[in-house]
Amino acid sequence: MYAQMVKSEPRDESVESKAFQARIDAGEKIEPRDWMPEGYRKTLIRQIGQHAHSEIVGQLPEGNWITRAPTLERKAILLAKVQDEAGHGLYLYCAAETLGVSRDELTEMLLDGRMKYSSIFSYPTLTWADMGAVGWLVDGAAIMNQVPLQRTSFGPYARAMIRICKEESFHQRQGFDVMMKMAKGTPAQKKMAQDALNRFWYPSLMMFGPSDKDSVHSAQSMAWRIKMNTNDELRQKFVDQTVPQAEFLGLTVPDPDLKWNEDRGHYDYSEPDWSEFYDVLKGNGPCSVDRIETRKKAWDDGAWVRDALMAHAEKQKSKVAAE
Amino acid sequence: MSDTKSQQWPLWEIFIRGQHGASHRHVGSLHAPDAELAIKHARDVYTRRKEGVSIWAVPTTAIAASNPDQKGQLYDPSDNKPYRHPTFFDIPKEIGGM
Repeated sequence: MYAQMVKSEPRDESVESKAFQARIDAGEKIEPRDWMPEGYRKTLIRQIGQHAHSEIVGQLPEGNWITRAPTLERKAILLAKVQDEAGHGLYLYCAAETLGVSRDELTEMLLDGRMKYSSIFSYPTLTWADMGAVGWLVDGAAIMNQVPLQRTSFGPYARAMIRICKEESFHQRQGFDVMMKMAKGTPAQKKMAQDALNRFWYPSLMMFGPSDKDSVHSAQSMAWRIKMNTNDELRQKFVDQTVPQAEFLGLTVPDPDLKWNEDRGHYDYSEPDWSEFYDVLKGNGPCSVDRIETRKKAWDDGAWVRDALMAHAEKQKSKVAAE
Repeated sequence: MSDTKSQQWPLWEIFIRGQHGASHRHVGSLHAPDAELAIKHARDVYTRRKEGVSIWAVPTTAIAASNPDQKGQLYDPSDNKPYRHPTFFDIPKEIGGM
């Protein structure tokens, strides 16, 4: 999941808005040409836009390892995965565009800091084991959030999520496969796997956003069914699913207070350092500056290609018109 | 008979959304003089039994299509990329759904 702390617009109390809410409560999908409250539209642009940006920026930490993958097969697999992320970004930008914003506007808002991407991608990927941890934990956390979003109220968003979820399974499994190899490898490889888990555990927990008691935007978004579960619900589900997987790998989750709670039927776990989370969101993560600079460079360096293709299309059009 | 070709209404491709939340799917085509009538005709031709909740009509000439002769060149490259499918990776059963 790639949308955190999406600011929700307030609901208005008009007759139309009440009828709109009734449609959502009845489980109907909202389509781009349907009437919708301005707040719903604005909140969705923020959420889908942030989600799209995260897919695109999310290519960078993994792109970092394409040229250094340990085998040709691993390289081809990683390349295919990063290619999927680009596709996911495009599905989502198109879904956002049905709400009346252009992709260029969204890109500009990412580059000038008006829009965010997920905090997780502001962390560096230091070793090959990080490719395992990212697939296993980061994509695992994303799936946790995206599966319920397949039932979200906005049709184009829900349909994009269905396509994306189909592809995410490959991502998580390839990550776990890398992790298994490393965890069952030489002592040095196992150490790398443990180190990757140590560094990615808490940032992965942060992906679900702040604790419910501090999550100020949830109620309206949940009423609109553009957020399907609370942050803590999903985080708990993720912990419950992931801890046995870590045990299978023979790795230790870096949380001394982690333990199974028989009464609750869930693991008790330590919260991440939320001051770090807010700091990363403000753009002070270890790689925050680098990520945006890289995106900006790609955008600027690609300008002549976009212009040239447009000029070519115009030229072809005038040729056909002249015939 | 005058020139029949010039009198023929243009062709439209019709897409129907079968139910709320689903994508529009192509169901067929029909002739109509303009977009408004294309949708009215599509209603009569393709949704007499409530097959849909929404209709799109697109001028046939506006559709760009891939060339069937290029099938191999377009799709064969996926043949040697089986890792794009999740089942490529052997994940032990005890790990659960992934």
